[in-house]
Amino acid sequence: MTTDVQAAYQIDDTGIDLDNKTLLEMYWQMVRARRTDERTWVLHRQGKIAFHISGIGHEAIQVGAAYALRRGYDYSHLYYRDLAFAFALGYTPRDFLLAVFGKAGEPTSGSRQMPSHFSSRALGMLSASSPVATQVPQAAGAALACKMRGEDRVVVTALGEGSTSEGDFFEGMNWAGVHKLPMICLVENNIYAISVPMHLQMAVPNVADRAPMFGVTGAVVDGNDVLASFRVMSEAVARARNGEGATLLEAKTYRPVPHSSDDDDRTYRSRDEVEEWKQRDPIKRFQDYLLERGILNDTAIEEIEARVRQEVDEAQATALDAPYPPAEDALFPVFAPDGTDR
Amino acid sequence: MADRPITIREALSSALREEMHRDERVFIMGEEVGVWGGTYAVTRGFLDEFGAKRVRDTPISEMVIAGAAVGAAMAGLRPIAELMTINFAFVAMDAIVNHMAKVRYMFNGQFTVPMVLRTTSGGGKQLGATHSHAPEPIFAHFPGMYVAVPGTAYDAKGMLKAAIRDDNPVMFIEHSTMLQRRAPVPEGDDFVLPIGKSDIKRAGDDVTIVTYQKGLEWSLEAAEELAKDGIEAEVIDLRWLRPLDLEPVFESFKKTNRCVVVEESLPMFNVGSEVAAQLQNEMFDYMDAPVKRVAAMDVPLPYADNIEKMALPSPEKIIAAVKEVI
Repeated sequence: MTTDVQAAYQIDDTGIDLDNKTLLEMYWQMVRARRTDERTWVLHRQGKIAFHISGIGHEAIQVGAAYALRRGYDYSHLYYRDLAFAFALGYTPRDFLLAVFGKAGEPTSGSRQMPSHFSSRALGMLSASSPVATQVPQAAGAALACKMRGEDRVVVTALGEGSTSEGDFFEGMNWAGVHKLPMICLVENNIYAISVPMHLQMAVPNVADRAPMFGVTGAVVDGNDVLASFRVMSEAVARARNGEGATLLEAKTYRPVPHSSDDDDRTYRSRDEVEEWKQRDPIKRFQDYLLERGILNDTAIEEIEARVRQEVDEAQATALDAPYPPAEDALFPVFAPDGTDR
Repeated sequence: MADRPITIREALSSALREEMHRDERVFIMGEEVGVWGGTYAVTRGFLDEFGAKRVRDTPISEMVIAGAAVGAAMAGLRPIAELMTINFAFVAMDAIVNHMAKVRYMFNGQFTVPMVLRTTSGGGKQLGATHSHAPEPIFAHFPGMYVAVPGTAYDAKGMLKAAIRDDNPVMFIEHSTMLQRRAPVPEGDDFVLPIGKSDIKRAGDDVTIVTYQKGLEWSLEAAEELAKDGIEAEVIDLRWLRPLDLEPVFESFKKTNRCVVVEESLPMFNVGSEVAAQLQNEMFDYMDAPVKRVAAMDVPLPYADNIEKMALPSPEKIIAAVKEVI
């Protein structure tokens, strides 16, 4: 991999018109997701939880994309790496740690589903899946529903580049193109489908190169740049809302940690490569941008870190103290009760 | 209102039409449903009547037909998605099994998936192994979705209307060779049958035949032949494989003490396996003979007319099975 680390370090704020409060909030969301994610790794390595699938490194594209949505109104079909995305939509560290520990009161599923399978009717988050790319046809269906009802709601679905080798991706995108659906397919390209690198996944350099075959707009963005991500996502959302159809938006990013707690990434990539990408860490990059402009200072950084640490500590304590789901929860809600015509 | 003899095709068509008029959230999507009027002409005229917005021709794309229906249902519509044959449903298995059936449970009831996946099943038309199987039991395996297998026009209409109105996802399976079968069906929009109720189609005291769909036709024919020998079979039509209603089967078994299960699906892990297991559990003291099963032969369904027929169940095979337990 050839990468000019310095060149890739700038934040491209062309056309960005966000006030300082929003910029700091976005920074906080990224830090909050990162620290929650790191804590979860620790809990796993301590043997306290069964499994973790991480979103570290993906925070910029996720927060940038979420802030381009009308949050609570637009629909999202997230995937398991979208912790920062979910937080930015209203999901919380408390919710996540309840899920991680499999405790009662977990709001996504009542701990019936694995952690990181985000779903919330209230937050407009439709279901998330373990078999990858299945959310693309579903998102197309949800987008069709929005269009049929004449709403200006848009649907975003997120997935990794590994998922774009699935038939579901092709069928869903084809349909989104045919029906000019208000949909954004956000591909968080971290270069690896678990261990399999890009060049063994596809013969094109960019996932977005496939957009013309679906008749949708294709766009590529530096997914480690939160403001560029926000801008390009905003453009895609505007097209969708204005009836101009779907976008295949590819965010170039990197996963500096293993795929999941069951994976050892030393088997398939060099430490040099990982270290090089860590130099382009999306949070550090945004932090430097904010520092340079005096929007953030060292005291404020510490305050944000302390606030996040307290929230994660409290979330962990709450989750540890929470009871496990009652046994009878295993038995429902398989079917809708008296399910007729509501 | 009076009953009127109509075909299964007409019954399905009128059920769809009535429910689309009743609820504007209901729409149809699938291959050939629009201009063509449906592979089996069930939606003929619908495009003119309801417009392209509610009668949507899709690409040949089973994953999106089933998957987008799941998404649209979660987003508040009530899709009726159509797959040309149940044998093509395997292409869409993830959307059906992992999502249509499981979304409600996995996400703690936050989302219901009020969709109907209509498809056809069954062999006997020389369409080979990848068109012609009747693998309904596979779909009944998964909690979270209902499986409808109507065998008469009366049932087809009342069950389809119930399926569309229900908030649970329903796999609605029609038999591709039975669409011209005619039976009296009540007129009027309000004819809806309950979900998960089996039905005694023929009374008898000597043996209980449990069956559905094409098996029902074969069984009734067999029962008439058996009657000539003085054997009166009680024929119970399951109508739904899930919810599975075996109460009438147990009641019948108490008097007949003998049971034959007849189905067109393959012989391993099928409806007969389930019925036999439940009879063994619930009715052990009433058993006078082993439960016999009549199903397709354990081979991919062949193409040539003579060997396809040989591989499928028949009234003769049912008669033979009954005579083994009498």
